[in-house]
Amino acid sequence: MSNRRPYVRSMDGWWKRDAYFMRYMAREVTAVFVAAYAVILLFGLVRLAQGEAAFNGWLQYLKTPWMLVFHVIVLATFVYHTWSWFNIMPKTMPIMFVGGKRVQPGTITGTGIAAAVVACLAVLLIVKGLHP
Amino acid sequence: MKRSNEPIFWSLFGAGGMLAALIGPALVFITGIAVPFGLILAPDTMSYANMLAFAHNWVGKLAMFAVVALFLWHAVHRIAILLHDFGVHAVAAVKVFCYGSAFLGTVIAGYALLALGS
Repeated sequence: MSNRRPYVRSMDGWWKRDAYFMRYMAREVTAVFVAAYAVILLFGLVRLAQGEAAFNGWLQYLKTPWMLVFHVIVLATFVYHTWSWFNIMPKTMPIMFVGGKRVQPGTITGTGIAAAVVACLAVLLIVKGLHP
Repeated sequence: MKRSNEPIFWSLFGAGGMLAALIGPALVFITGIAVPFGLILAPDTMSYANMLAFAHNWVGKLAMFAVVALFLWHAVHRIAILLHDFGVHAVAAVKVFCYGSAFLGTVIAGYALLALGS
């Protein structure tokens, strides 16, 4: 139709333009590590179903230095996920009122992070208690 | 008007995100660092016998299924949006790939847990 070629600003690297977008991207990219961790656990589950030799192979694989480095990175992204998840929670959950007053965003985030710390310690203590 | 299927995927995303936020760091530390390298926890915590007993218990079965399936559904929802953010605009193909992967993972996890018996 037309030979005009209007200038269209490129969207490449749009998320690097602003600190807010960078935080958005950091938060969303944690999903890649959550997926990777879920796949490792899924492999463990399949190996468990395949029998002792298969499962021991998976356990040995977890002991390789690369897997340690990988899990340290995954742990860091999970901690960031926990922080960012409760940081955006005041925006993702319905507005809450207690005694006629709106619950402040800081209270929601703080309560969530405190709950996560308690839950993580509880999981560790339960596992430690089952296998001292 | 066609009903949106978004609430289903968003619920799974939200449930997985909440589970990962609450206990994710502890799980990664236990399965990836503490047990393989004998820190704090006993090295045989995740031995074949122990994990088999855990999988034979219905609470253990449910916990493992919930973690694997919900983490997957959480992650693929964000990855689908990330692909859009990075310029992949084939919406239908991205959704089929992402949600299809999570569905496949869920089926495999369920099958493995059922195959383990009680």
